[in-house]
Amino acid sequence: MMKSLLSDQSLRLIETAIAKYPEGRKQSAVMAALTIAQDEHGYLSTDVLNEVARILEMSPMAVYEVASFYSMYRLKPAGRYTLTLCTNLPCALQGAGSAAQYLKSKLNIDFGETTKDGMFTLQQGECMGACGDGPIVLVNHKKMCAKMTREAVDAFIDDLYGSAGKDKR
Amino acid sequence: MNTPTMLNFGAGAILLSGLTGDNWRLADYRARGGYKALEKILENPNHWTPDQIIAEVKLSSLRGRGGAGFPTGMKWSFMPRHAPEKYLVCNADESEPGTFKDRDLLRYNPHLVLEGMIIAAYAMGCARGYIYIHGEIWECYERMEEVLKEAREAGLIGKNILGSPFSFEVFNHHGFGAYICGEETAMLESLEGKKGQPRYKPPFPANVGLYGKPTTINNVETLANVPYIILNGGQRFLELGQPNAGGTKIFSISGDVKRPGNYELPMGTPFTVLLNLAGGVREGHMLKAVIPGGSSSPVVPASTMLDTKLDYDSIAKAGSMMGSGAVIVIDNSRCMVKSLLRLSEFYHEESCGQCTPCREGTGWMVKILHRLEHGEGREGDLETLDQVAHNIMGRTICALGDAAAMPVRSFLKHFRDEFDFHIKNRRCQVQDYV
Repeated sequence: MMKSLLSDQSLRLIETAIAKYPEGRKQSAVMAALTIAQDEHGYLSTDVLNEVARILEMSPMAVYEVASFYSMYRLKPAGRYTLTLCTNLPCALQGAGSAAQYLKSKLNIDFGETTKDGMFTLQQGECMGACGDGPIVLVNHKKMCAKMTREAVDAFIDDLYGSAGKDKR
Repeated sequence: MNTPTMLNFGAGAILLSGLTGDNWRLADYRARGGYKALEKILENPNHWTPDQIIAEVKLSSLRGRGGAGFPTGMKWSFMPRHAPEKYLVCNADESEPGTFKDRDLLRYNPHLVLEGMIIAAYAMGCARGYIYIHGEIWECYERMEEVLKEAREAGLIGKNILGSPFSFEVFNHHGFGAYICGEETAMLESLEGKKGQPRYKPPFPANVGLYGKPTTINNVETLANVPYIILNGGQRFLELGQPNAGGTKIFSISGDVKRPGNYELPMGTPFTVLLNLAGGVREGHMLKAVIPGGSSSPVVPASTMLDTKLDYDSIAKAGSMMGSGAVIVIDNSRCMVKSLLRLSEFYHEESCGQCTPCREGTGWMVKILHRLEHGEGREGDLETLDQVAHNIMGRTICALGDAAAMPVRSFLKHFRDEFDFHIKNRRCQVQDYV
């Protein structure tokens, strides 16, 4: 049998997700499986989507539908860290506009772009359900950073460069 | 050792009280009297029959805290008694702009939510439940995984709970970026591993829900109120609030206030009290408008809002709705055209695309608002905008269409002069803006 595109660890995590649902309802685990696959590969290529379809015994089209419907699945390669800034009204009132400007100028990219060194992709996001702490930045769709003032942006970009083990530009 | 600082969510808080931010574990919850309501029921099943629990919840006048405000006891009573396979879903897909109360419940007092869920499952005879958690609050999802593990090890969920004949399994399911999945039938589709597109109703989920089986979907805050009702009685809960809406409400206040955050207050508390708790409007500014129930609820001008109490009937009288209790405060430095444009972009982005009036209408509204905002508005644009909004309302499968239309119609109704100014002068009436 061909080796899976997913690591043994990812496959184990997907098995755990499948076990949450009743017998014969493997499809319910598709969101978890796609998230696990994205965490491993950084984005969901067609090959990876097909592999998820195989594991869950779904038609590939049904998996593509899900992957394209939910906004946090990435269907194209992105930077090492995807930064999603909420720009919805409550965050905007609390300074998301200036946070956006500052992030763009600091990283020298616009929304939807990736830095030349491949470290950061910057994008706008919708409400993350944490408005009291806005402006909010979500890192790789999982790590929430609150109250993104200039100082906070500086600190957290430095921190991400640090954890990537790269020199600061 | 230092005494941990208590988080302060309001003097009369019952859901968010005794919390430090770190004392979320089972042992901490037990020390606060947690799982006493569940024990009370399971130790005296002859008194606490499912019917008796539902009667107590009906007496309490608890209404759904997710936005619709439907009476919880009545919702529970819709579940068929003898169906062999029934589901309970906890709706933790909080993503209505301005709303962030469930996040605090899940991260600071998660076992309270779970206890409410177990009691609800007992009352409705559900053997399996899911907690559907907004993907963006991933840390809450991880915490809830830990919480379910603790509860399972302690015999609080799973087979024969606390040695009783009652069994109930609960699992977490995460979303991954779709506002529409907060709509209960879209949530069921999503749980089944599909796109989150709402279903036609009827049939209602109580008859045909998850996997086609009877299902009840309750909001996080709704379920969190259940243990109090069992421990203290529905009457006591009712007396905390208003005659047709018992209890407290967690208000999430955001926008132009000094201290945005969650404040748990009795139903019927004057808006000014909440505003003061949040430190008032930003320094040097005046209150202009309030969106009192999440971004979908109609905007209310300052003068009306300052005289309004925070309960279903009072906010309805002020021309809006209680919704999820998310209060967005807008001060006089903000442009209402730009504010509305941002909200309309949200609904356009989040429309699931199933119904033409919503899919197309939200796009047209964004286009018109975009040109108004950028000094390219034309005579007749405001009439067209209002007409598009009118044509969406009531013509879609789910409430997202209405949710997109209501802000537009109310902004136009109350702040028409600002929109007119944009058309006539091709610029904004206020200097600062969102």
